[in-house]
Amino acid sequence: MTEDRLKNASRRQFIKGVIAAGAVVSSSAYLFRSIPLSGQPTAAGSVERLMTLNVNGQQRRVDVMRQETLAMTLRYKLGLTGTKIGCDRSECGACTVLIDDVPRYSCSVLTHSVRGRRIVTIEGLAAGDGTLHPVQQAVVDEQGFQCAFCMPGFVMATVGYLKSNPSPTREELAHAVSGNLCRCQDYNKILTAMMRGAELMRRA
Amino acid sequence: MAEHKYIGQNYTTPDLVAKVTGRAKYAEDFRAEGMLFTKLLLSPMPHARVIRIDTSAAQAMPGVKAILTVDDMPEPADSVDDAGRVIRANTRAERALTNEPLYEGEPILAVAAVDEFTAAEAIEKIQIEFEPLPFAVDPLVSLRPGGPTARTDGNVWFRPPTPPAQPGQPPPPQPPIDVKDLKWTEEQFAEAEAGRLPMGEVLADQWEYGDLDAGFTQAALVLDETYVTSNTSNQPMETRTAMAYWQNGKVYVHCSTQSTVQTVAGISRWLGVPQTDVVVISEYTGGGFGSKITSAISLVIPALLSKKANAPVMMRITREEEQYIGRARPSLHARIKAGFSKDGRLLALDFFGLSESGPYEGGNDHNATGRIVSLLYQPVAMRFRGMGVMTNTPPRGPQRSPGGAQGVAVMEPVMSIAADRLGIDQVAIRRINAPEGKAPFNGPNPQGVRPHVTSAFVKEALDKGKALFRWEARKARGGTRVGSKAYGLGVAVAAYSGGSVGFDGLFVIKPDGKVYIQSGIGNLGTESVSDVHRVVAEVLDVPWEKCEITWGSTSKHLPWTCVSGGSQTAHAMTRAAYATAMDARTKLQEIAARTLGGSPASYRVAGERVAGPGGSLTLAQAAQKAIELGGKYDGHEAPETVNVFTKRSVAALAGQGLLAVARDVYPRDGVTHSYTIGFAEVEVDVETGHYRVLDYLAVADVGTVLHPRSLGGQLLGGSLQGIGHAMGQKWVYDQQYGVPLAKRFYQTRPATILDAPVHMEWAAVDIADPETPVGVRGVGEPPVGAGWAAVANAVADAVGHDVFRRFPVTGDMILTSLANGRRVTDPLTANI
Repeated sequence: MTEDRLKNASRRQFIKGVIAAGAVVSSSAYLFRSIPLSGQPTAAGSVERLMTLNVNGQQRRVDVMRQETLAMTLRYKLGLTGTKIGCDRSECGACTVLIDDVPRYSCSVLTHSVRGRRIVTIEGLAAGDGTLHPVQQAVVDEQGFQCAFCMPGFVMATVGYLKSNPSPTREELAHAVSGNLCRCQDYNKILTAMMRGAELMRRA
Repeated sequence: MAEHKYIGQNYTTPDLVAKVTGRAKYAEDFRAEGMLFTKLLLSPMPHARVIRIDTSAAQAMPGVKAILTVDDMPEPADSVDDAGRVIRANTRAERALTNEPLYEGEPILAVAAVDEFTAAEAIEKIQIEFEPLPFAVDPLVSLRPGGPTARTDGNVWFRPPTPPAQPGQPPPPQPPIDVKDLKWTEEQFAEAEAGRLPMGEVLADQWEYGDLDAGFTQAALVLDETYVTSNTSNQPMETRTAMAYWQNGKVYVHCSTQSTVQTVAGISRWLGVPQTDVVVISEYTGGGFGSKITSAISLVIPALLSKKANAPVMMRITREEEQYIGRARPSLHARIKAGFSKDGRLLALDFFGLSESGPYEGGNDHNATGRIVSLLYQPVAMRFRGMGVMTNTPPRGPQRSPGGAQGVAVMEPVMSIAADRLGIDQVAIRRINAPEGKAPFNGPNPQGVRPHVTSAFVKEALDKGKALFRWEARKARGGTRVGSKAYGLGVAVAAYSGGSVGFDGLFVIKPDGKVYIQSGIGNLGTESVSDVHRVVAEVLDVPWEKCEITWGSTSKHLPWTCVSGGSQTAHAMTRAAYATAMDARTKLQEIAARTLGGSPASYRVAGERVAGPGGSLTLAQAAQKAIELGGKYDGHEAPETVNVFTKRSVAALAGQGLLAVARDVYPRDGVTHSYTIGFAEVEVDVETGHYRVLDYLAVADVGTVLHPRSLGGQLLGGSLQGIGHAMGQKWVYDQQYGVPLAKRFYQTRPATILDAPVHMEWAAVDIADPETPVGVRGVGEPPVGAGWAAVANAVADAVGHDVFRRFPVTGDMILTSLANGRRVTDPLTANI
């Protein structure tokens, strides 16, 4: 692939490339350079560009490919593995992060599109001294979640939603996090924990 | 253990803060220097033979480090059972890669490269030619005369009989499992036209007890019903990603497994390396529900690629790949003939069930179905016949209450129909037939005796649930309509095995006065990894804050531990924890007597001290004394009874303090089973077919309650997994091309938070199982069937029994049945 075509990389081409790769859908986001190959890109499209991201209150400089998703940048370049990838296709919500306080599926956000935006991940919720965010504290209080692979996504979706509705009913909160899937199906205990989180936030 | 300080109390598990802050590391969160990435080439066809592979262009790409095919895979190896008998390997066993793919999506080869992008491009450059072969994606189609078979040599497994042992000779090895092409006759299939499951020849799995004919003759009501359940994927949130590397001859595998210690043997067997050369690292596992009991065979791919490339290899598994290789619950086609007395007793049950078992071993759930049905309804006479039929669909494996949940789902509607026909209350008919005490189950063993359970308090659970759910008060609304809304009530009983025996515990009381507990249990979200060790704090009367738990890596000197599957752990490992705590108590008493004088029995362990006539020692002082005494006290000697795996760990930990180690050798009369009763109320919109669960209650008979919040999570989470089976979860296959049409969450439809009942509650009878020292039984399995069937029964109560004969019960099924005044769903075709 030539540099010219790369400049014109579009969502459509990105998806076409993914389809061409068959079942290897999530690979297109992988540019993790573990072994440099004498300076040359190993495969088409793997040209990176340096950019600055605002993540958890810090300015992080990182090399990013055009078609790289935020989930991959966070997990494989910034070491923030708390953000989980459950489906890589906006179905499960495990990868939810806040972008300017709005919950977003980071598997479906291109990293280059969030330059200058405020990104918060699960690692950025607790205070510097380790004091947990009220929603995190509520999970601890209620022993919410089981395997917890979905937990970062649920917590981020809840924290984001509570910014716009600090006093939700249980039903409203269920709707707010209905884009997040829990296969332990521990929804009852999750909702109890999240409702307590809302209460702790109101008290704080 | 009358007074409980820790058992039955809530607490914060030691893994929770790491989970909620994102610090918890699952398999894909580990990194290794120079780590390569993997992509798989998957079969595009349901059944084919690879006739040519040319990897030269891929090999030539910069960045491609190794390519793995089935030629690199170890042959399936024989194994030896506990009795020393050789189990001959199944030569047709799954090997992670193949040149004869048996389902769309089966991995054929794998590429390791410097990044996934390169690996994916290398896959594209591989030239591969397939010869398509006949395939089957419906078990009944495969059984028809002239029907296709999933394997070139047949469609059903069978095991040839083992030749009898000669006097004075060791028992001969069991012959390897074999495959046969089984077809039923057109005459037998004539029944299918009427929507009844044909009942042709089954090869092996059958038993019976009692006088079936007499039962049917005496019966006041005889029902003959066919029900079909769907295949459902386990689909844990974390796919079965794995990362592996080799160091000093040992293979280190970071994987997603339900069972830390027991995974070592699996990897050893699959890779053909000694168990002592396998290190399993699994600190957090993102669910498995039976699909990762000893991890997954696919992890041999990164392990072997790592060996070939001489570098660490990560294999990320995508959601679609997980759908292919991630295991699923087999569907059950069931034909049930049941005879009831006029007061509701089940006099005779003739149960016939077919599992759709996929192309490999592992889908024969129907055997557990027979066991659970015979236990739950205690039929006076019963015949069971069952068989697995292979199809070219992804491999099956256990899923939470394997076979039990399907059995409950198909049997419960029959109980409901009988109650309504006989004019008996739904709770009452289940109580009349409920197992009690040391209830028998299954057919007779070779000695002619039916096995029995350790205990059953199902009647108590039914009574408790009936009161809590306000069953009598609600009954008036069942079957009524308000506008377009029809209301229905349902109850269902469910059971499954609830614990094994014979495992080891291990901990060290160190001179800092703390108790360092080694846990070989997988951390898969059930919390048993720490819950069972509450027993240690309870018995020794040590503050829980002074107990530290080590888990997550077999390099950390863990004791021999059961698999976390089949609800074994809470039972098996509380027994081991109790035995080990008693060992510590005995050692503390002996150390005190030796140091302070008097007899060991005159010393008491409590309040972080061992005290008696000669004074007292703190645990810290006793630990120091243990080191000075050496021998068994600090682990320089290990008891003969414990497993060799435990002995290695004891040797590694020796000399650090008072070392407690023991095997659970407590007697047990019966086979441990647990029970859950589900109660549900639904509201069905008869104009749209949509329904929702208004209220749900699960009542558990699982012995002594160990950790209430964890138990509640298991009961309601498991119930909702079952409710998902009732409401929406299924596979869909294109019957003409044999390829799946439902591959992603939004197509296979596991329950979302909006499908969850508006209100959910749980309760437990909290009666100790008499056959285990702590009284605890397992809980994970039975809630699934309870939730599934309670909701199905409630839907039937709202809109009639004849609306459905297959699962899931979807809105369109309800709507078309109501609109036509009769059931219009094709009852028998699979995967539609």
